[in-house]
Amino acid sequence: MTNEHRHLPQVDTESEPFWKAAAEGRLLIMHCKACDRPYFYPRRYCPRCWSDDTEWRDASGRGTLYTYSIIHQNPMPPFREWGPYAVVLVDLDEGVRMMGNWDRSVDLDKLAVGMPVEVTFEAYTDEIALPRFRPVES
Amino acid sequence: MTGLEAKAIAGKKSIAIVGVAESDFGTVPDKTVHELHAQAAVRAMQDAGIDRDEIDGLLSTGGADGLHVLQLSEYLGLQPRYLDSTAVGGSSWEAFVEHAFLALDAGTCSTALLVYGSTAKSDVARRLRSADVSFGARGPNQYEGPFGPTLISKYAMIARRHMHEYGTTSEQLAAISVATRKNAARNPKAVMQDPITVEDVMNSRMIADPLHLLDCCLRTDGGGAIILTTAERAKSLRKPPVWVIGSGSAESHLNMSQMEDMTVSPAVRSGATAFGEADIKPSDVDVLQVYDAFTIMALMTLEALGFCKPGEGGPFVEDGKLAYDGALPTNTDGGGLSSNHPGMRGIFLLIEAVRQLRGESTAQVSDPRIAVCNATGGFMSHCSTIVLAKD
Repeated sequence: MTNEHRHLPQVDTESEPFWKAAAEGRLLIMHCKACDRPYFYPRRYCPRCWSDDTEWRDASGRGTLYTYSIIHQNPMPPFREWGPYAVVLVDLDEGVRMMGNWDRSVDLDKLAVGMPVEVTFEAYTDEIALPRFRPVES
Repeated sequence: MTGLEAKAIAGKKSIAIVGVAESDFGTVPDKTVHELHAQAAVRAMQDAGIDRDEIDGLLSTGGADGLHVLQLSEYLGLQPRYLDSTAVGGSSWEAFVEHAFLALDAGTCSTALLVYGSTAKSDVARRLRSADVSFGARGPNQYEGPFGPTLISKYAMIARRHMHEYGTTSEQLAAISVATRKNAARNPKAVMQDPITVEDVMNSRMIADPLHLLDCCLRTDGGGAIILTTAERAKSLRKPPVWVIGSGSAESHLNMSQMEDMTVSPAVRSGATAFGEADIKPSDVDVLQVYDAFTIMALMTLEALGFCKPGEGGPFVEDGKLAYDGALPTNTDGGGLSSNHPGMRGIFLLIEAVRQLRGESTAQVSDPRIAVCNATGGFMSHCSTIVLAKD
């Protein structure tokens, strides 16, 4: 399995801390100190109250599978080489939802809405690792 | 309908749709995207019996150019005083009806042309576009694009959640494709007319689980046009006016992680606004056109507009009531699932609704008075609802 990927995130000044942490195997979310609520995806201003008194916080990386789809057709590389692969939406324990892929080393048959999952990161370059989700190891 | 409701509608008859037309559609390799716009516009003008020089409002999106509406005005030889290029996906056309209504009602323009054209199918053969568009993993999409969520998979994730919460089945979704194909069989222009069964849908290949090939709309070329004008001008035109008596729009999200409840369409809000403005309830609707890029989109729209309760869309559709001879005739031209789908299909919902109210449909419902169009844009991101009535 090569780790070529033509659609890696284009890191910008707002997202740099997120991807830097991801490359180190840490999942960050943002928290608004003004309205004391977490949010995802990261952005400078709180989407609920527009305060810029916001900060990065470490997330547990654990959550619940909200929904998923197993994709059988995508002509774009690298996805076409992935064979059937799954896109997942996960409700993190911190109370925000994020997208990721199902860890391709785990059988797709294990996917079930409502199951507990945890994040892992798959490196593509020195700077970019993408979040993958897998069943919580008991 | 009660007398009071009829009276309320009578008071709303200020702006009418007076001309509708499709361009050639299906596979149209011999026409440019600009030509399809022009062909639809000319046909709609002829349908209305109105002079092109009266058109002083132009509303359009998509196309092939940057600054599309400027390029299109020039191509058509128009210099409209009112331009609108709202881009919210397939529901843009219903949003345009709402905007045109306001512009006409305010006197900003007197006759408005909505026009659409797309060579989405032939462009693939010409290698001008890929079968799947890449939106680029930048900005907010950098948190989703890298995971390879295809357009279909976004609706598939919605379907999966609906199945989880309500027990909706693939067979129930398939019943929508079957009823829509039955309608298409009446439409000689529909791209797919051969009858299909629930089993055919279930046996078609999986594209993005749980959506099969036959849960998904076609990819075609095609265009359409609609002309709206004031009650005063509508009086002396060829065709009976079809009145715009209610409209509403609602936005939800673009990144899928931002769709709070994946079992609820924004049509809940756009529909409530439009039905409220028109003073109608679901039981007043004689014929319905809902955007059906995917079966789940149609099913959730039925729930959102109140034709059945939230979560009950599956049992509601499984008896085939969406067919033209069913209890709730829906997508009577064959919809995006079986007639055509050039990419942003909302204009065809309006064209078919107007034809139904005029008695011109190929799958004509008996004397309909009220038609509703609900279009969905993006990834269940935006909805506009339009209520139409005849005299």
